[in-house]
Amino acid sequence: MKNMKINLAGVELKNPVMTASGTFGSGEEYGEFVNLSQLGAVVTKGVANTAWEGNPVPRIAETYGGMINAIGLQNPGIDVFIKRDLPFLKQFDTKIIVNVCGKSTEDYLEVVERLSDQPVDLLEINISCPNVKEGGIAFGQDPVEVEKITKAVKRKAKQPVIMKLSPNVTDIVTMAKAAEAGGADVLSLINTLTGMKIDIHKRSFAVANKTGGLSGPAIRPVAVRMVYQVANAVGLPIIGMGGIMNGEDAIEFMLAGASAVSVGTANFTNPYATAEVIEGLENYMKKYNIDNINDLVGAVG
Amino acid sequence: MAKYNKIGKVISQYQMATDIYSMWIEMKEIAHEARPGQFISLYCKDASRLLPRPISICELNGREGIIRIVYRVVGHGTEEFSGYQSGDTIKLLGPLGNGFPLENKKKAFLIGGGIGIPPLLELAKNLECKKEIILGYRSELFLQDELDQYGNISISTEDGSRGVKGTVIDAIRENNLNAEVIYACGPTPMLRAVKEYAREHNMEAWISMEEKMACGIGACLACVCRSKDLDDHSHVHNKRICKDGPVFLAEEIQL
Repeated sequence: MKNMKINLAGVELKNPVMTASGTFGSGEEYGEFVNLSQLGAVVTKGVANTAWEGNPVPRIAETYGGMINAIGLQNPGIDVFIKRDLPFLKQFDTKIIVNVCGKSTEDYLEVVERLSDQPVDLLEINISCPNVKEGGIAFGQDPVEVEKITKAVKRKAKQPVIMKLSPNVTDIVTMAKAAEAGGADVLSLINTLTGMKIDIHKRSFAVANKTGGLSGPAIRPVAVRMVYQVANAVGLPIIGMGGIMNGEDAIEFMLAGASAVSVGTANFTNPYATAEVIEGLENYMKKYNIDNINDLVGAVG
Repeated sequence: MAKYNKIGKVISQYQMATDIYSMWIEMKEIAHEARPGQFISLYCKDASRLLPRPISICELNGREGIIRIVYRVVGHGTEEFSGYQSGDTIKLLGPLGNGFPLENKKKAFLIGGGIGIPPLLELAKNLECKKEIILGYRSELFLQDELDQYGNISISTEDGSRGVKGTVIDAIRENNLNAEVIYACGPTPMLRAVKEYAREHNMEAWISMEEKMACGIGACLACVCRSKDLDDHSHVHNKRICKDGPVFLAEEIQL
């Protein structure tokens, strides 16, 4: 019997495969294709203290091997999330990770506090959304701010805290160390890379926000490199993501040092992607005769 | 309604007009269950193109288990599709979206603009009311000969080469057309004009919207439109075109 179980800050997941925030809603839509109980965890779309309208359309554009999005963290707010989305997710035998976004430290803390008595397994703090001017990225590009917000969240949080890091920085290791110094339990990386696409026929920006976050297989080598660098510099478990399309891609992240992986853009290309990544991990373990998936973490070189 | 994500087979394809193609695809489940105004998403074979292309259903033949799409080549994805031949495979997701309401028995305008015309064909086949069909083109016509059997056709062209020179609204006015209900699909400026016309004449108007999509099933929130009231699902003034639409009552949407 192969062991697929992994442990993130004391929370045991049945396998290391989860969803990347923002690509999977709160699971309801993709639940028509994938049995959510198969997944290690569902990571929800970012939720704020109040409802957010998000950005104007067009909000997405396809690029070679990737896509740019600038949704702008549209969400119904924490009240609706607690009343509607959490009870839905509780029906499944999977861990629930809530992605938290905000425009100020107080916004984040309000959501964290509201979730303190809710059936949530881990919190993922989004300090790296490139598409919202106030907050988000403003916290994620300065190591002093990263440490401060991590500390503030940790003081309030009843669940273990994942800090989701931005790749749009000169040195990802500095940010990872700042989150570690602030008391983070787990790190998620990477969020999307800021990009731009221009429609040469209309001579206009392809997304209304002008810039957006690039995701998909186009960014995978950048993400793998960053996971490797961070894994070698900090002692925290890492959730790796960035263009994972199948089990082989997920293995690459684990070998680079990720304890778990998130599947995002691939859901759009294939609604069964999360289940197929799990299958791919199993196949790899069989092929190379690996009994415990944790043996793969950081096993490169 | 169940959604299917499966590989279908191209039955036939031909070019109808400049950049406009008509393709029949075999996929029994979707052909049986889809309804007029719904759409399907088609995946490219080229792996560098990650997102499926949402394309409206033009015709359904449940008995033969086949679906027809009529689409315009606008980029690399649709260019790839246009090269498919009988026997080729194509991966589909669908049926998606809500579709047009069909209960209406009152006389209706069916208004289509450009590549918004194709979904009117399956709609016209399924609506039992009297129909005035108004079709707007830039210049070159397509599908007007197939829609002809389902109602009285009026045409407008931007260059005046056929029918009334101008818009679909010009064609309605110049031909003194009247009806009680509107069904429309086309570019946003046309839908805006249709909504305005419906308001002036106190008519119910159902409009089919379009936007860049990623998931096609309501998860990613890429394809939203502005709603007049707070939406029940989003709790903001946004509706998801792929899931709550693509067909909306015009008065509910800000255009």
